[in-house]
Amino acid sequence: MPDDGRKAVASNRSLPRFIWPEDGLTRIPDWVYTSHEIYEREVARIFHGRTWNYVALEAEIPRPGDFKRSFVGPTAVVVAREQDGTIHVFENRCAHRGSEFCRAHRGSATEFVCPYHQWTYDLSGNLIGVPFRRGVKGEGGMPKDFRLEDHGLRSLAVTTRNGVVFASFAADMESLEDYLGPEILADFDATFDGRKLKLLGYYRNTVPANWKMYHENLKDPYHATLLHAYLVTFGLLVAGNKSAMIVDARGRHGTMASARGDDGPKVDQASKREMRAFHEDMKLNDPRILDYVKEFDSPWSVTMQTIWPNMVVQRELNTLGTRQIVPHGPNAFTMVWTMFGYADDSEAMTRHRLRQGNLMGPAGFLGLEDNEAMKFVQDGLRKSMPGEAIVELGGTDEGTTAKLISEAAIRSMYRYWRDVMEL
Amino acid sequence: MAMLAGFARSAVDPRLARELRAEIEEFHAEYCAALDENRLEDWVSFFTPDAVYRITSRENAEAELPVGLVYCEGAGMLRDRALAIAKTAMFAPRYLQHQVGNIRVLGVSGDGIVSAQANYLLFQTLVDEKTTIHQVGRYFDRFVRAGARVLLRERHCVYDSVLLDNSLVLPV
Repeated sequence: MPDDGRKAVASNRSLPRFIWPEDGLTRIPDWVYTSHEIYEREVARIFHGRTWNYVALEAEIPRPGDFKRSFVGPTAVVVAREQDGTIHVFENRCAHRGSEFCRAHRGSATEFVCPYHQWTYDLSGNLIGVPFRRGVKGEGGMPKDFRLEDHGLRSLAVTTRNGVVFASFAADMESLEDYLGPEILADFDATFDGRKLKLLGYYRNTVPANWKMYHENLKDPYHATLLHAYLVTFGLLVAGNKSAMIVDARGRHGTMASARGDDGPKVDQASKREMRAFHEDMKLNDPRILDYVKEFDSPWSVTMQTIWPNMVVQRELNTLGTRQIVPHGPNAFTMVWTMFGYADDSEAMTRHRLRQGNLMGPAGFLGLEDNEAMKFVQDGLRKSMPGEAIVELGGTDEGTTAKLISEAAIRSMYRYWRDVMEL
Repeated sequence: MAMLAGFARSAVDPRLARELRAEIEEFHAEYCAALDENRLEDWVSFFTPDAVYRITSRENAEAELPVGLVYCEGAGMLRDRALAIAKTAMFAPRYLQHQVGNIRVLGVSGDGIVSAQANYLLFQTLVDEKTTIHQVGRYFDRFVRAGARVLLRERHCVYDSVLLDNSLVLPV
């Protein structure tokens, strides 16, 4: 945890205003999403605490010397590959005066030089040079006992699994496998099965909503058939399809999973009646966007994984991507989408993934609606008398469920969150 | 510097370039009017049946990464997007205004395909919010002649604005 005295005080003092509603986890008070004090405690205890944070795909930094800018929570870091292939993650903050020295999204380097006073670091973040360290003609310079090795960049613990890179400010984290748990690991490994990944590109957008709403949206199968008319109109989601909302034992991660029947997309009569926006006569001119090429060792054709605290793994049919949540205070976050395929994809398969990409992303048929809806919620919370959300679908159930019309996974997340936050 | 492969500038007779620029300027004005007036089904009529349409960041374009915020191969996909946005999508009401300038004719190939570039600004106005510059970008276009007008066979909308504000609902 960073030894920032001010933040430590804010994160530990008692917060008497923040009393959870008596109804327990079926209610979520507004301050969870809007309070700056709560946000500061989240940064200290969650993003800087005992979590593995997604920072990169190895395919982004394939060669020694390759680096990328990234974030752990709101904190800027650099992910760099050393000459021996090892991956290092360190703060993007010069040890001297604090300048954010790495300004490029990605690149390749033999060392990092802070442009302000040219303090120089190697690819592991060690300080290797301070200009005029001995002064000029014996005058000035650093004290004799200033040791370069004591002033490297703050390094994070790093772990990788099948091409995905995670970092933690906690030095003694459990393994990523234990952190994810077997239920989540199974679907993570279906997407990241060890095949080399091929980078297809990025989307970057800001969402004017609290960062947790993105997790909640993907732990809320209820919204999928209602908000996303596209899904039902074109038969991507049918009430009778096999589906599940899978939650790990601690309640923090999730997998929203569904399986399409072998006969392709089918329009569901029952859901149509419930949906106001359904259009009976709509047909796609180019239905290739809904093709599904079976390529995964998984019963599911769609898995949307929320990996606490900052990652989403998107496997929507054949369009694949990671999403990194970078919070900016309680009311906004940046989303970095990294879209990929596999290195052995044919040209036709790559183009299929690109076409299907129209479903997701901040201009995607589903993606844009999620962003719009989250903005509506944050606006609602900010511009009204304080209130609380009703999270009562499925009663008080928590954990994994096969029911679509349930908010059990959101309740699980808040049981875990309240524990970590001591609220 | 052309940053998309195949859009390098070649010699074009200045008189021909002026004629084409006038025609392309008229095209942009009508194209933008269709979008700004929310005539999405008309928007499709500015493309050839085999058109490629992509909106992507400058970061992706410069790294030759192929994804698009929107990626369409063929008029069928364009029509599907127009219909899906018009009929199924949920989004906040908004006004959009496109401004296009700095039109450059980059080249004319033997079979009459005109490569061109133009800068665009996209302004967005949401209810109870100030007007914002939603995107600053460049069109990389290939036009073909279809009778009295030109049509897009290829349009890449390459935007500088790194962070998209929330969502991009309508085409650019």
